[in-house]
Amino acid sequence: MNIINDKELRREIILDNYQNPTNRGLTNSSYYLKENTNNESCIDNLDIELKVENDIITDIRFDGEACAISTSATSIMIKTLIGKTTSEARKILQNYDNMIEEKEYDKEILGELIVYDEIYKQPNRKRCALLPRDAIVKMLNRLDESTNLN
Amino acid sequence: MNREDFPMLNQDTIYFDSAATSLKPQCVIDKMNDYYTKHTSNIHRGDYTAAEITNREYDGAREVVKEFINAKSSNEIVFTKGSTESLNLVAFGFLKKVLKEGDEILINKGEHASNVLPYLVLQKEIGIKVKYVPLDENYEITVDNVKKMITDKTKVIAIAHISNVIGDIRPINEIGEICKEKDIYFIVDASQSISHIEINVEKCNASFLAFSGHKMLGPTGIGVLYGKEELLNKTEPLLYGGGMNQYFEEDGSYELKSVPSKFEGGTPPIAEVIGLKEAINYINKVGVTKIHEYELELKEYLVSELEKIDNVILYNKSSKSGIVTFNLEGVFSQDTSIYLNHYNIAIRAGNHCTKMLKDELDIRNTCRISMHLYNNKEELDKLVEALKMSKDIFKIVL
Repeated sequence: MNIINDKELRREIILDNYQNPTNRGLTNSSYYLKENTNNESCIDNLDIELKVENDIITDIRFDGEACAISTSATSIMIKTLIGKTTSEARKILQNYDNMIEEKEYDKEILGELIVYDEIYKQPNRKRCALLPRDAIVKMLNRLDESTNLN
Repeated sequence: MNREDFPMLNQDTIYFDSAATSLKPQCVIDKMNDYYTKHTSNIHRGDYTAAEITNREYDGAREVVKEFINAKSSNEIVFTKGSTESLNLVAFGFLKKVLKEGDEILINKGEHASNVLPYLVLQKEIGIKVKYVPLDENYEITVDNVKKMITDKTKVIAIAHISNVIGDIRPINEIGEICKEKDIYFIVDASQSISHIEINVEKCNASFLAFSGHKMLGPTGIGVLYGKEELLNKTEPLLYGGGMNQYFEEDGSYELKSVPSKFEGGTPPIAEVIGLKEAINYINKVGVTKIHEYELELKEYLVSELEKIDNVILYNKSSKSGIVTFNLEGVFSQDTSIYLNHYNIAIRAGNHCTKMLKDELDIRNTCRISMHLYNNKEELDKLVEALKMSKDIFKIVL
């Protein structure tokens, strides 16, 4: 399967993740970190929850209202990051950011997130694609700060 | 109508976002351009020819606004940056001074942020209470619902003349009458009605009325606060500096100019004032009543066409202005607006700065079509055509 070259397949992946997103619905549990992420220039507004145990991301959940790109990116990101260590997750998120911002990046570790590799052609949608990344990075930073305090 | 006057229309764009900002006719652009290319000068302080031309172009503007909204005197016309500044001037220059803890302000959940937030800040700062007139089943305001909410403590009613999402014309003359009887300050946000429907500050008994130039075929950066002169006299300026003082001395004494100058510290937006004056002259030539009737005709046509499309949900069929709010079933509003942009159709998606309307509509974000005199049925047909093909929306937006 080569999703990079198959436009129809990419669209299907995005659409499927928009219409049937992974892990929609929050737990509101104290075992999760929670972060709101919204797009000042438009109307996307998502809450994302993150659970990390022994440095491994064991769950991510989300809820809110957002466009097809934001919602699908959140869903794909959730699938990609669950099971990864926090440093693996940071690496993936950094690469994802580089891809969206048209910098050099490692295609191999992005998995299905690669479907957004042409989003730079619609500059006003870059923020939509980056929305879940922002929240997850913030939560990983919070986690680091609290670990350093201990 | 008058499409040839609007240069933006030369580039094949269909513009349905006039409630956000209107297009500008060439005559407005030319007047402002002349100021920058032929007679740049500050106002009221030069004895040279360019300054004389600028003074002449600028000075008539207040009079033109006064006539346009039927104010008693041009002293009642304050130039601001726009409706937001106008409403903030009322809240923080006037209400903050005259209201006391426990006094009530009546607004509603269909109001724009600029006619809500200043009062929420006052609620926090001086302990007044903000209360909400319920909307009826069409999300509109009725006189009865306003009456029901009035108590002995109601000191202010603030309301948009036409709301920016539902587009309903509020019964401001009747509400103004009640305010007169009960000695309530009446604040009208005319941002969405100015240039679309007749405004008469005397008839509606407005204490204050606010609007922006850029939604009425004029430039950005200029707006108006109308206030009854005796109330403006009691209002304190938000800005202090040149142009608004009589004198100031070492001993700390100073005296401010009288209204409206005391509110207009600093060099005014000269080109914008000149542009606003030209916009009003242009609107007067066409006739506001004619514009309103034309927009209504467009809206009725659009609603009847949209009702034929299965997956279109309409939110404001009954309101009598050029605003049509809808969603495509199962599609996020922003995806719809990105889809329509593919056909060069500009609409607005979002909460339209009315973030509390979600409590009433049960939906946070909508698509809004908002029209002005330059739109026509052909454009509406193209919109309807695009929406009919929207089953394939994700082939285009993804």
